[in-house]
Amino acid sequence: MTRTAPALDIDAILDDPDTRIIVCCGSGGVGKTTTAAALGLRAAERGRSVVVLTVDPARRLAQAMGLTELDNTPRRVDGADGGGETGGELHAMMLDMKRTFDEIIEAHADPERAQQILTNPFYQSLSSSFSGTQEYMAMEKLGQLRRSNEWDLIVVDTPPSRSALDFLDAPERLGRFLDGRLIRILTAPAKAGGRSAFKLLNAGFGVVAGILTKVIGAQVLRDIQLFVTALDAVFGGFRQRAEQTYRLLQAPGTAFLVVAAPERDAMREASYFVERLAEERMPLAGLVVNRVHRSLAPSLSAARSSAAAEDLEARGEHELTAAVLRLHAGRMQLAAREQRQREHFTSAHPTVPIAQVPAMPEDVHDLAGLRQIGQLLAS
Amino acid sequence: MSQPTSRRGGGGGETRDTDWDGVRLHVVSGKGGTGKTTVAAALALALAAGGRKVLLVEVEGRQGIAQAFDLPPLPYEERKIAVAPGGGDVYALAIDPEEAMLEYLEMFYGIRRVGKALTRIGVVDFATTIAPGLRDVLVTGKTSEAVRRRDKLGRRAYDAVVMDAPPTGRISRFLNVTQEVAGLARVGPIKHHADLVRGVLASPETAVHFVTLLEEMPVQETLDGVAELRETGLPVGGVFVNMVRPALLPERALKAAAKGRFDSAEIALGLKAAGLADATAGASAVAEALAAEVAEHALRAELEKRERAELEEAGTPRYDLPLLPDGADLAGLYELADALRAQGAA
Repeated sequence: MTRTAPALDIDAILDDPDTRIIVCCGSGGVGKTTTAAALGLRAAERGRSVVVLTVDPARRLAQAMGLTELDNTPRRVDGADGGGETGGELHAMMLDMKRTFDEIIEAHADPERAQQILTNPFYQSLSSSFSGTQEYMAMEKLGQLRRSNEWDLIVVDTPPSRSALDFLDAPERLGRFLDGRLIRILTAPAKAGGRSAFKLLNAGFGVVAGILTKVIGAQVLRDIQLFVTALDAVFGGFRQRAEQTYRLLQAPGTAFLVVAAPERDAMREASYFVERLAEERMPLAGLVVNRVHRSLAPSLSAARSSAAAEDLEARGEHELTAAVLRLHAGRMQLAAREQRQREHFTSAHPTVPIAQVPAMPEDVHDLAGLRQIGQLLAS
Repeated sequence: MSQPTSRRGGGGGETRDTDWDGVRLHVVSGKGGTGKTTVAAALALALAAGGRKVLLVEVEGRQGIAQAFDLPPLPYEERKIAVAPGGGDVYALAIDPEEAMLEYLEMFYGIRRVGKALTRIGVVDFATTIAPGLRDVLVTGKTSEAVRRRDKLGRRAYDAVVMDAPPTGRISRFLNVTQEVAGLARVGPIKHHADLVRGVLASPETAVHFVTLLEEMPVQETLDGVAELRETGLPVGGVFVNMVRPALLPERALKAAAKGRFDSAEIALGLKAAGLADATAGASAVAEALAAEVAEHALRAELEKRERAELEEAGTPRYDLPLLPDGADLAGLYELADALRAQGAA
């Protein structure tokens, strides 16, 4: 039995003034950033004041939105206000994770301590490394944008990370680290007034400290200690913000859209996202399936088409028609395979609404292209 | 079919000439959605063909290898998962940074038990999740250990290691991270370990391959990735063009279709000749719909041609992998492995 998924009403989400945040998540290469940009543009043209936060846009898509530099500040996108009649406007920004991190440090530490942290080699590596930090910083930036209350809709594109939901773990991970005993060991020398690092700790910790020194080396251990000690004062605020953002994501004004392509791996990831979001009690709005292939002559089945092509080829007639029929058969097979992928998803998640966007012959390079995607999303 | 290959420098047997003779670590990267894991799996099968032993590793905890070979999730343990054409073996390992760290502590310091204590107080957690560079050193370190490993008789444990690596956007950072950590730790054991790993990664025994589709974004990322790798002094391998569609239509017809001058009347005649002009849809209506499909196909073919020309810029060997009509199932992996061998990639 074939189940039909409910249709995802994109415009209802975009037009609802209570929708304040839309998060696009999904595995890499499924068109998340394009979807986020198209949603932002459509919402702006329908009268909302929108900011799109992108993490790592393709160059030409960034250019399409007038984002020529990574400066961590929302920039107004020209020609995206629906002719100025609706009162909407579109802003876009690219995340600069190092600068976002630096700003948190500067906001939470006194100037002297901030300086200590910012120049620590350990911090410099952490703040400019891709894995992990990007997720924390994307969520931090989202929190900042939301608290500024300057826009009535924020559309965010999640990082293309190994697990694109890593950001959900950020508060818990930070908490586990901060409440852990490691931080007490690492900050011990400072608290003991700079005396021998581990003297005040019990014997068990002494052994651990000895091993740490042996394994990572005394110099690195010192750098880490300085870093963690300096950061200790900042951490409380850091964690509080991460928790705030987490709660913000659970709030009813947030809509998660899982983005996928109709292929096995991407749909499997989509299922995982849907389940994970449910576990975290994050509000899922629906699934967007990009790059769906359809046939323009669906009444001619793949089987009949192939058989006819074979017949013509055997007779040595109408070579071109035979080739065209082969092409059509391939397209029908692809469409059928994609259809099965969607059905699998829907059998597992029958209540999740789906919007589909047909495959385009070419990539999106400009606002007109984004506008077209927006229309297809909403139709 | 060529005879089983022998290891380079190894004794006996006929040596098959491939483009990557002498390479023992194949790092496979690619933009998300390009089929990086599938290609890594096919490359491992192709390299193992003819009686060799190959390890396929994954580093991002996704269990992509298990899915590709239709197996239950892989543990942190090297186990045989497939037999290659002509009798080679493919082993697989899903590297877990935490396990790799404990193993590392045991191997170099004989302190696995203490490692457990470190886990409890959060050191391992810190090292593998909060300190990002360390995580990458651990997984690249474990991989290069497998590349270097020898048995008691001094023979290589594996003829080749294939790594299903992080996506193109992260690859140079990921591979270069040992250098970053080395910059962080100027002396001491981490620096020593990182130098060792870097030595393997930057050597001519390593090749970093890119998987791409003939689409704009993946091609652009591939070119960027190749340039970045060259800048960081890491060895660039080949470009694997995945999901290539067969050219069904003659060039002339494509050109006409791209310009909107494809003649549907000829198709209508063909449909009638094939007995497809039935009552449900007149031949000319179907012919027009098919002509529109041809026009879309032609636009796409033009784009693919442009992208192919762009890829020329990379100046690296290129391999074409066919689009699998039924998706990348197990049989498909073997088909891709054949294609790789036929083109000299393995």
